[in-house]
Order: sequence, then C-alpha cells, then structure tokens
Amino acid sequence: MSKPMTRHADVQTIPVSFTLNGRLQEIDVEPNELLLDMVRDRLGLTGAKRSCDVQVCGACTLLVDGRPVSACTTLAFEVRGRSVMTIEGLADDGKLHPLQEAFIEHGGFQCGFCTPGMLLASKALLDENPNPTEAELKHFMHGNICRCTGYKKIVESIMAAAKKMRA
Amino acid sequence: MLKRFRLEEPESAAEVSELLGRFGDSAKIYAGGTELLLAMKEGLVQYERLINVKKLTGLSALAADNGAIKIGALCTHHQLETSALLQEKLPTLVKLEQNVANVRVRQAGSIGGNLCFAEPHADPGTLLIALGATMVAEKSSGKREIAAANFFVDAYETSLQADELLTEIRVPTPGANSRSAYLKFGYLERPSVGVAVALTLNSGTVNDVKIAVGCAGPAPKRVAEAEALLNGKSTAEAVSLLPQAGAIAGRAADAISDLHGAQDYKEHIVGVLLKRAFNSMVG
Repeated sequence: MSKPMTRHADVQTIPVSFTLNGRLQEIDVEPNELLLDMVRDRLGLTGAKRSCDVQVCGACTLLVDGRPVSACTTLAFEVRGRSVMTIEGLADDGKLHPLQEAFIEHGGFQCGFCTPGMLLASKALLDENPNPTEAELKHFMHGNICRCTGYKKIVESIMAAAKKMRA
Repeated sequence: MLKRFRLEEPESAAEVSELLGRFGDSAKIYAGGTELLLAMKEGLVQYERLINVKKLTGLSALAADNGAIKIGALCTHHQLETSALLQEKLPTLVKLEQNVANVRVRQAGSIGGNLCFAEPHADPGTLLIALGATMVAEKSSGKREIAAANFFVDAYETSLQADELLTEIRVPTPGANSRSAYLKFGYLERPSVGVAVALTLNSGTVNDVKIAVGCAGPAPKRVAEAEALLNGKSTAEAVSLLPQAGAIAGRAADAISDLHGAQDYKEHIVGVLLKRAFNSMVG
C-alpha cells in the first residue's frame, strides 16, 4: 500500500508531479482538493470556469492525457504522472491554434464564458477524429453548453478548423 | 466544496475489503467519482475516508472468458464504447455506452461505480439484467456471483455486503440467434425511462425473452410476467401481444412521479419503448 506524505497529524497531503501545458509541475495537494481549484486558485490559470459544478456544462473542461475531463469533479491528486492542458496551453508560444483562429474568423463565441471548454473539447475531438461529420461533432460536443445559444457558429468554426488542419 | 477526507490507496481486493470492514459507514469506495463526488459536494453524503480502488490491477480488463465477456469493474464508459471486442460481441452495450451522459463523464466514470452507486436514472444495469449478466463480488474471505437481476435492491442500494467489492461483470456471450436492444427516453440530463429486451430468434419463433425496465422507479428490474407472455410465440403473435406486454412492464416498473415525468406518463413510455425495441429486433 502506498503511504502518502503527511504534513501534519490530521492533514494528509499528496505530492503531485505532472506536466502542465508542457512543463513539469510539482505541488502538494490535500485529498479533497479539486483539479479546478488547484489550477485556478493555486496555479493562476483562470481560463477554465466553474459553472454548473456537476459535470453537465463543460465550462471547466481540461484535457488530461489528451482527453476531456470536468475539472470541477476531478480530484487534483488524480493528475499524478499525467499531462494536463488548460486553455492557456493551447496556443503555441503565442501562435494561436487553428481552432482558436477559426473561432475568431467564424465568430464561434458570444460572451466567451464557454469558449475555453469548447476549444479544448473540440481539440480532443479533432485529435482522435480529424474528419468528423457534423453529427459526430455534435455527439462529441453535446456536453459543452453555450448559454448564449450560438451553437451554429461554434459548429462552423470547428468544421472549418478541421478542414484547415487536414490540409 | 468538498469537506476534508483521508485517502486510502489499497492495491488488492482483500485490502479494500479489510478497510471497508474496519471503517464501516465512515469510508466509501472511490473510483471515477462522477457520482460520488457530486453527492459529497452537495453535502448529501460525507465520509471520513475514501478508498481509491484504481491502484488495483486487473480490474480494467475486458476479455472473452469461458463463454462470457468479462468486464473489469474499473473499465470506464469510454473503454466500453470504444472496445472492438464489445463492438463484435455486445454491440447493444457499446451503443448504450456511447450515449451515457457526456464525453467527460464517460472518460472518468467506471461501469462498476455506475452499478454500485445505483442511481436510479442510469442505463447499464437495465441492459445487464436483460443480458443475464452476473456481478462478481469479492471480500477478504472469498468471492461470489450475484445475478444482475438480484443486484439492485432499491435506489442507491445494492445487495453487496458492507465489506464486499464489485470486481467484475460477466455477460454470457450472445449466440448467433441472439438479439438485444436498449432504448431510453428523457429530456433532462438523465434518462426518464429505459427498457432493455433480449431474445433468441429461431425460424420465426421468439425464445429466451428477457425484459428489464429501469429509471422509471427506484431500481431496474426484470419483468418475468411480460417475458412469459411473449416466450415461445411466433414473431407475428408476439408483435400482436406487445401492447399487453407493454402494459404489464409499465405497471411492473414501479414508476414514480417526479421531475422526470408523472407515473402514468412513464408507464406509457415503457410500453412505447418495449414495442420499439422488440420491433427493432424482429423486423
């Protein structure tokens, strides 16, 4: 059985070493700490949003080993040894990702609150399926909610990015 | 917010069982956390300890094994929806899994967690009952098998003993003449009604009919009376009996009136789904 480090008689802490947006990150967390709080409050990456808090809306989406997770309902220690991408890591050294460019070009957002989650979820989609049909796109993305209800432009943006990335 | 708890990370089923025995109701098994953490965040339940079972090896296995498909309890919904083996042997389960919640829940949530949490508005249990699956439960002193139809006791309650851990789900490999279908309906995040049907079709006769209903009431259940009505009939006869079978299944569903729909509405939908599921298999 592994023995997590203990900092204090009653407070258990777990050392977490992981890759965050391509860089090694080491941090001690308590078992009940949520990934979203660690990323936003302790590491200062506020792109992921807390919204529904029950894994329905997708505003807190992060990629863990390339797959989308709800950071609001993921315990922080779960990223031990894994690779985490937040929206802050999507652009490559200042150069926007094709999805980001497409969202700008096609007006794929209104208020922008859902956009970080939309971008990361759609990145995961295109990484595993570079040429999705619109039905496949909608099935994959149906757990990411836009309350401005601008889905048409979002779908157009992702389809346009997919086309560009395949070229 | 989540209240503070301690984390245990055992590496064997025996250790898990021992921890469960030692800490009783103050500890809970934790796998994907997709349901447990929500209930804890809401303050509906609270535990001094969570027992993370994801360090146990072998519980993510997915394999053909002696006439059955063996599904490790830690298999995630995503693993199941993308499994080539399941696509070949149990395509109905793959289709169900592709439509569980959303992509993030399927990434984290495990089949074992889904079954053990026994949230009434869940899909897999209903189909597993119709497929004649068995659950393998382990504890320090040994293991036993529980028929899926006997696994669900009530809302959020299973027949697992306090120190038992679900390690595996075994689904008999369907034969060449086997058919199955699972249909659900709902307009909230979770389904309001789910209906599963499995049968064998031999020269125009339906046999081995299994019908299960879920989501409408506190726990998914088999409907033996509706099965008996259709068993051994020609497909034409069976089709003509579907309104009657649907009414029986609707009554048997123990439907309750809640946000997901009124009792009589859910009972009606059970009948509609049963008819559609049956027709999709014999049509």
